Amino acid sequence: MTQTIDAVEAEQAATPERPPGRPRHQRSIVRLVALTLGAFVFLFPFYYMLIGSLQEEPDTSVAGAFPNPGNLTTKNYSDINGSIDLLRSLVNSGIFTAAVVFSTLFFGLLAGYSLAVLHYRGRGAAFAAVLLVQTIPFQLLMIPLYVLLVRDYGLGDTYLGMILPFAISATAVFIFRQFFLQLPVELFEAARIDGAGEFAILRRIAIPLALPVILTVTLVTFIGPWNEFLWPFLVTKKADMQPLAVSLANYISNLASRAANPFGAILAGACVLAAPVVALFIIFQRHFTASDIGSGVKG
Amino acid sequence: MAVTTDALPAAGAVEATPAPTSPRDTLRRQLYGYLFVSPWVVFFVGIFAFPLAFAVWMSFYDYFFAAPGADVERPFVGFDNYTSALTDPQVLESFRNVIVFLVINVPLTVVLAIGLAIALNAAIPFRTFFRTAYFVPYVTASVATIAVWLWLFSSDGLVNKLLGPLAPDPPFLINETLAMPTIAVYVTWKQLGFYVLLYLAALQNVPKELYEAAGIDGAARWAKFRHVTWPGVRPATTLIVILSVIIGSNLFTEPYLLTGGGGPNGASATPVFVLYQRGIEQGDAGYAAAIGVLLVIFVAVVALLAKWVSERGT
Repeated sequence: MTQTIDAVEAEQAATPERPPGRPRHQRSIVRLVALTLGAFVFLFPFYYMLIGSLQEEPDTSVAGAFPNPGNLTTKNYSDINGSIDLLRSLVNSGIFTAAVVFSTLFFGLLAGYSLAVLHYRGRGAAFAAVLLVQTIPFQLLMIPLYVLLVRDYGLGDTYLGMILPFAISATAVFIFRQFFLQLPVELFEAARIDGAGEFAILRRIAIPLALPVILTVTLVTFIGPWNEFLWPFLVTKKADMQPLAVSLANYISNLASRAANPFGAILAGACVLAAPVVALFIIFQRHFTASDIGSGVKG
Repeated sequence: MAVTTDALPAAGAVEATPAPTSPRDTLRRQLYGYLFVSPWVVFFVGIFAFPLAFAVWMSFYDYFFAAPGADVERPFVGFDNYTSALTDPQVLESFRNVIVFLVINVPLTVVLAIGLAIALNAAIPFRTFFRTAYFVPYVTASVATIAVWLWLFSSDGLVNKLLGPLAPDPPFLINETLAMPTIAVYVTWKQLGFYVLLYLAALQNVPKELYEAAGIDGAARWAKFRHVTWPGVRPATTLIVILSVIIGSNLFTEPYLLTGGGGPNGASATPVFVLYQRGIEQGDAGYAAAIGVLLVIFVAVVALLAKWVSERGT
């Protein structure tokens, strides 16, 4: 798990396979063409999202897939801003995401440290809970959580209502626990003999060592609430409380028919929603590891 | 999800040997252990265990939404919610739709993911670029990627323009036969990058000597794949099949947005979408909870079946 993609890559590069059959260069050309075609299929929608968001008149012809200086505008961005108040939605997304990340880091570090380093009765059960949570899809909990949080506790249209179900990511607890487990026990024992309390050990020894893992957890946790649609969609009915994913979805399903260039405005909103995560992913690419990322992303 | 747990089975077995400490220290560490883990336990009980039990309890009652503060009776109805769900054409159709989805999505996912992973595993230029490219849809919000798919597959969208006379009528997303397959292709595209990474990691664990031995035996490329690679990555295949069954059985955003609310005529309604309609929109929470329990049973059965097939298949 702590093996990053780059480590895997270095390992692969060191031992290139030598297959028989067709000449090597011919096969590698075929492989490269296939991969390029694949990459095109994966990236084209993103390029098309950007082009579409900049078109004055939606142009769905093949020529329309290329930038046409005569048909470029930023008007779609002001259109979508006029309909769903982009800034407000971004602030809501930001508050929701920041709170989930902060709470997951804080409580996740405490729980991970406790599950890995400290000994007490019931520790195994608390860890089993971490594994169990990861196997049950959120959709199953949707109805009871809605009844409890929104109907019974009146947390509809509040940040707290949005945040609570995501307050501690089980994945984060798991990742922190695994990290602390592989640190030498003597490290903590020595500090204890020196008279350090558990809080001090956590703050001065465990957390500084865990910084790279904290970065990974931050990135993986960020993506979840930023992209999340279903739960904030159920919780927020007031437009000024909705995160961007929800307000854009509502725009797509209700308001788009009234706009002059609905797809232009929708795609402009989609670009604003996608940009932060895509940028983070590209910048911090090496910190996203294959096994860590899976459970963080459910959007 | 199970991803992380499977990746590190050994780590759990490593138990720290406690250094000799006084009873007072042991007690102190126990107290701190409880203190540090307690937020997680509270979260687990409040957000997971209790709601889960509540959902099952609710499914046996005529549990509906009433005006706040109103004192209403919610009688015990036994299996009534279950029997009416199992005879409800809307519910049955949603499960049929999921089966259509899984039949397309799961094999497509496995074939494309292993193919791309093998291609990426070779020494090729721009590997970082390719890996990033395949992964971008996975990290992007569904709402954003659905927006562009809506445009691509709209009635006079680019896909139909390219198909020309071959364009389906009615167009993809409002076509009763093609709506669910289009969603299946969309989800394959969206999730594939993650599965490619899982296969890439699994390929590192296939012993290189096996390839060399097969090479000495003069095995052709396909034979190498069948007898070395495929058995070598079987645990990853099983994991990918189970994950894609779980994800595919719990679709909501796609039928809600891409096909405008499970349309046309409910041809792309999924169980979670019906659960939302009945439970939240119509306020019949007990009935929706029963659909949820049925869905979990369905997922468990399909996942076990798929696991069985993928472990026996060649």
